[in-house]
Amino acid sequence: MNTSAAVATVVVEARGISKSFPGVKALDRVDLVLRRGRLTALLGENGAGKSTLMNILAGVFPPDEGEIRLEGRPVRFANPREAREAGIAMIFQELNLVPQLTVAENIFLGREPCRGPGLVDYRRMNAEAAELLARLDLNVDPTTPVGRLRVGQQQVVEIAKALSTRARVIIMDEPTSALTRHEVEVLYRIIADLKRHGVALAYITHKLEELPHVADDVAVMRDGRMIGVAPLSELTPDEMIRMMVGREIPRQVGGRGRPMGEVVLRVEGLGLRHPTRAEDHLLKDITLEVRRGEVLGIFGLMGAGRTELLESLFGLHPDGLSGSVYLEGRPVRIRSPIEAIAHGLALAPEDRKAEGLILEMSVRENTSLACLGRLTRLGFVRSAAERQLVEQYLKQLRVKTPSLEQRVRNLSGGNQQKIILAKWLATHPRVLLLDEPTRGIDVHAKREIYELMDELARAGLAILVVSSEMPEILTVSDRIVVLCEGRKTAEFSRAEATEERLMAAALPRSDHGMSGPQPRPGGPGSAAG
Amino acid sequence: MIRDSRDWWARGQSLLGLVLMVLLMSILSDRFLTVENGLNILRQISVNLCLSVGMTLIILSGGIDLSVGAVLALAGAVAAGLLKEGLPLPMFGVMLQFTAGGAILAGILVGLAMGWFNGLVITRFRLPPFVATLGTLSIARGLTMLWTGGYPITGLGQTFGFLGTGFWWGVPMPVWICALWVVVFVMVTRRTRFGRYLYAVGGNERAALLTGLPVDRVKLWVYTLGGGLAGVAGLLVTARLDSAQPNAGLGYELDSIAAVVIGGTSLSGGRGSVTGTVLGCLIIGVLNNGLFLLNVSPFWQQVIKGMVILAAVALDRMNPRND
Repeated sequence: MNTSAAVATVVVEARGISKSFPGVKALDRVDLVLRRGRLTALLGENGAGKSTLMNILAGVFPPDEGEIRLEGRPVRFANPREAREAGIAMIFQELNLVPQLTVAENIFLGREPCRGPGLVDYRRMNAEAAELLARLDLNVDPTTPVGRLRVGQQQVVEIAKALSTRARVIIMDEPTSALTRHEVEVLYRIIADLKRHGVALAYITHKLEELPHVADDVAVMRDGRMIGVAPLSELTPDEMIRMMVGREIPRQVGGRGRPMGEVVLRVEGLGLRHPTRAEDHLLKDITLEVRRGEVLGIFGLMGAGRTELLESLFGLHPDGLSGSVYLEGRPVRIRSPIEAIAHGLALAPEDRKAEGLILEMSVRENTSLACLGRLTRLGFVRSAAERQLVEQYLKQLRVKTPSLEQRVRNLSGGNQQKIILAKWLATHPRVLLLDEPTRGIDVHAKREIYELMDELARAGLAILVVSSEMPEILTVSDRIVVLCEGRKTAEFSRAEATEERLMAAALPRSDHGMSGPQPRPGGPGSAAG
Repeated sequence: MIRDSRDWWARGQSLLGLVLMVLLMSILSDRFLTVENGLNILRQISVNLCLSVGMTLIILSGGIDLSVGAVLALAGAVAAGLLKEGLPLPMFGVMLQFTAGGAILAGILVGLAMGWFNGLVITRFRLPPFVATLGTLSIARGLTMLWTGGYPITGLGQTFGFLGTGFWWGVPMPVWICALWVVVFVMVTRRTRFGRYLYAVGGNERAALLTGLPVDRVKLWVYTLGGGLAGVAGLLVTARLDSAQPNAGLGYELDSIAAVVIGGTSLSGGRGSVTGTVLGCLIIGVLNNGLFLLNVSPFWQQVIKGMVILAAVALDRMNPRND
């Protein structure tokens, strides 16, 4: 394959693609070109817009603005099926297979070869599926139900599905995340083969080590914009990381000079087994501590185990947990949220609406929900005491609501988050666990939440805050722990932490052992080179 | 739990429907709008109302109970059998005789136990309520047949019969009894901590769990109470007929779910009220009574009742604030 990008024919050309979701501009006039026989790797932080862009190309949703040309002709897909028929196939991170159906049935789902009206030609279908599987080096019978395959094998079935449509463009979203070393090697070979057949590929990844094996071009996105596109040979890993994070950070000094007390929460060697795959761990050997008045930031990419860490501390994964947890020096074993709350823990979950609030209930009822026991006499809620308590906390947290009887559903994201904080403060916690506390919240409200965190820490709370937004972590934390694939990979003081260091610690080093310690990706040596 | 216009809309809708229906029936039949007929309607709905109050709690918690009709039959049969025959205890060679009060207590206990069993299966074994209570339905029906041998138990005496046929201050006893439970559970849902937890669990079970609410305990209680109220309903039916029928309460669970839904309670849980259910029962009662007075065939009555249920739910869907 020629390394000069200009020579290969353009298959897909996206120009000026913009897309907004309520409250966020996910893509802002993004351009992308995919060429025949070349693979473009998309890099970027979580939320940079990579998946949104790929979803638009695959017809999952339409762009607000911009144009997509497929082999020169403008196209507009109403759904993924139209995109597939036009020759664009996407392999999603969460696989789209029907577990009860066989491998062959899944590959040809909706396009079964038929004999006469409505009669599936199983013999032909299984034979064609077997051919595809052989090409992909997957040694399973096409009549096996997909549910019996391992996740990595299912991924290969997805690829077979894409191949069977004779796709000219294949998009892969972090395809190696669930593969074994052997399967990754097979995937690399498949990719090389696809390139030889002239397929244009896009490949989302966080693993820079993979790039020399697969990529011809690299496109880096950040905050919904395309930062740069270049042939792989022209970029070093450091340059890529800089492009992924490089932005001005409005650092606040709000947290400086907070008095810090004794250690409140200490975690030693915390591990969490995968609920179904016995050999896998969601968390492994995590050790950390938080002091009174301290904000400990926990940074990591998606799937790093951030949420699992907070949930484990809060008693949501009583089974499969190992290691020890100490509260104010005493060992504790927390097996349910009820016990966690009794020990002075409080968790503001990542998904406010699904996990944090009863949307049908009022501001008053949501705020008092965690401490109703204190407000109850003979089973009856003392309404005067309840109102008084709720008003006190709403005032402390500066919640804006037309009345206490307003449904929380109707409040803004920032005020909803404050209601959750108010609910927990009413239980007088010692440790506050915050999971993505400002997700989907506008800039102004974010600032308010940061200020509140500072105030609460000053008042003596120990705060653990998980965030995938680097500026946020750098703004609020006294110390930062970085997680990657369930392990703690680094810990920085506020002074030591930089975006580059955090990102370098958060990016997975593939433990498949194929690239070893990674100085820089080699020249144009793609697998098809 | 009347909080904002959403509740008023749901309540107002049912209330408006009821008023219109009463007006219509009063115009169409001169026998409808009398004190006697009014008390008659109240007595007729009392069994369904008893079941529906319990069903409201269960649906508010996000569940469903298909076993209430069968539990009603079992509780009635057990009470009647104990009253009539007593309970033989062969290992001691004695026969336990029951007073009316003892039999009533036993009937309620049977209801509570079956409800508790529902709750246990749902919370411990994580079965979906639909399936769990379907199983209990069959179990309770079978036990009723075993207990009665398939024959009605009749001739239960005046004291017991008073429960179903007696009057107090000119109002039938069943009406008093279910009015008592309505008042109790209106208070429970509106004013108590348990009531608040009930709405929270039904509104968002995951959030309730993460807030440290005793989700399983709330559910266990809800099904137990629902079973107990089905037991009370069973006593009312049995006392009214002076006879425990092994096939009593067939299909009552559907009438009760219908009343709850017409009363504006959401089948997905967390939204609705006991007062709404009272209106729902009244609407069904007035409809049945009115159509009967108008000599409409009972077959048509069923068709019309079905259409009212659909209309009620469709109206609820049009609620501008339902997202």
